[in-house]
Amino acid sequence: MAHLSQAAAAPMEFDLARISVRELNRYLHRELPKTPAAKIVIANPDGAHSIACGLDIEVEVQINGHVGYYAAGMNQHAHVTVNGNAGPGTAENMMSGSVRVRGFASTSAGASAHGGCLIIEGDASLRCGISLKGADIVVGGSVGSFAAFMAQAGRLVICGDAGDALGDSLYEAVIYVRGAVKSLGADARFEPMTQADIDTVAALLQIAQLGHDAAEFRRVASARQLYHWNADASLQY
Amino acid sequence: MCGIVGLLLKNPQLRPRLGELLVPMLLGMTERGPDSAGLAVFTEPVAAPLRKLSLYAGAHVIDWQDFAATLQQAIPGRHELRWTVNHAVLSTSAAVTEVEQWLDSAVPMLTVLSVGRSIDLYKDIGAPAAVAQRYGFAGFSGTHLVAHTRMATESAVTPAHAHPFTAGQDFCLVHNGSLSNPHLVRRKLEPLGIEFETDNDTEAACRFFEWRLREGDDLRTAVSRGFKELDGFYTFLMGTDQELALVRDAFACKPAIVAETDDYVAIASEFRSLANLPDVHHATLFEPRPQEIYSWRI
Repeated sequence: MAHLSQAAAAPMEFDLARISVRELNRYLHRELPKTPAAKIVIANPDGAHSIACGLDIEVEVQINGHVGYYAAGMNQHAHVTVNGNAGPGTAENMMSGSVRVRGFASTSAGASAHGGCLIIEGDASLRCGISLKGADIVVGGSVGSFAAFMAQAGRLVICGDAGDALGDSLYEAVIYVRGAVKSLGADARFEPMTQADIDTVAALLQIAQLGHDAAEFRRVASARQLYHWNADASLQY
Repeated sequence: MCGIVGLLLKNPQLRPRLGELLVPMLLGMTERGPDSAGLAVFTEPVAAPLRKLSLYAGAHVIDWQDFAATLQQAIPGRHELRWTVNHAVLSTSAAVTEVEQWLDSAVPMLTVLSVGRSIDLYKDIGAPAAVAQRYGFAGFSGTHLVAHTRMATESAVTPAHAHPFTAGQDFCLVHNGSLSNPHLVRRKLEPLGIEFETDNDTEAACRFFEWRLREGDDLRTAVSRGFKELDGFYTFLMGTDQELALVRDAFACKPAIVAETDDYVAIASEFRSLANLPDVHHATLFEPRPQEIYSWRI
């Protein structure tokens, strides 16, 4: 079978000590075969920006090392693993597929992501999931302040602790947090966990391959008090 | 945008290689700061009464041998001068104020970039690679350093506006970010007799911290006061003859990453500046938390 023989093909290796990110991304965008391809392995990322950005094909990409800004940004269909730490804006504006960071992620991980799943096995810095628009984010460690700020849709699962202003000005995204919350943001509130919430968290933990008990998580969602202007309370804004 | 770099060598055997280790770090920050670059390198201190002054001539051509002879005639004492193109480091046994007054009147085209027993300071406009080449950064030795690449956003591109900024002796600061109340800080400091050389926002922070240190604060206390007094976005890296200190604003708007091994502590805005350091892939890597003060002593 053609499919099986291609899947078993040796990985295609790219060494960023020898070629530029632009050359790599051009290959991934324009030259990669549309049928299931061999796994792509990238060596020596050394903190370069925009590695594997804007992918629009179902392919497995493995990056061995630390990446800089915007790794796997705008991802569509691809499954990208970073065997290292990630700089700011990892998987920002992801549409589908998945991105896994085995180390920690800097600020604004998964910002504005519409779909797909971002898994950060370590900690995420500030503003993780800012303006989230439908993707799922699972953080194995803790998140910094302003996680899910103004998040509109999607789920953010935090296995560790959260910093200040968790879920500030939330819309319809939902946060599940297992550890301590330093403070909730404006209009964010704890809500009871339903069975549906527990099932959701369990499913996301399974995808992330994290072995926590879904019942240990608390739900944070919008109180929806900021949806409408309250002329009688203008000084509270 | 700007790039920050710091390196403190824990292993004394690496000290002759400080500059060689720095250069790839600095070049890694070229995209963050292509218009100017600067370096403060802290060496073994000169013997007790001596002080070092880093002197910068800009576009002026100075006959440094003639300068040394004139200085020797004007001010008695022990003076040693080593120079590169438009820059010199003067070691002198004379009082710093006396030397500065003489410089002001006799060689006014010279700028004193730094004063201290350990610090040598270089800064100039141009791409980081060009500045590093111009002053031979790769050949420097020392215990620790602070460096910067600048992309100006709030004041002019001139050598004086480049970082590091200094105040007092053996103290310097580099900054990635922008302050929103530098004029307020300045109006507070000027009546205390503190003079400013530029309209740069970073200079206000530098002089604020140095003022607090002179008033008896330790670096940690001074930086804590800064959280209240300095408004804006910042990652600050400060150097004294004894330590490096790093702090980020509450919103962590500007990046920073630290790599620590048994041999060194390296600080940069981004990992790409650390990627060439020896054994960095086995280093402890972490992103400094906002409003936490990190410091490392030699």
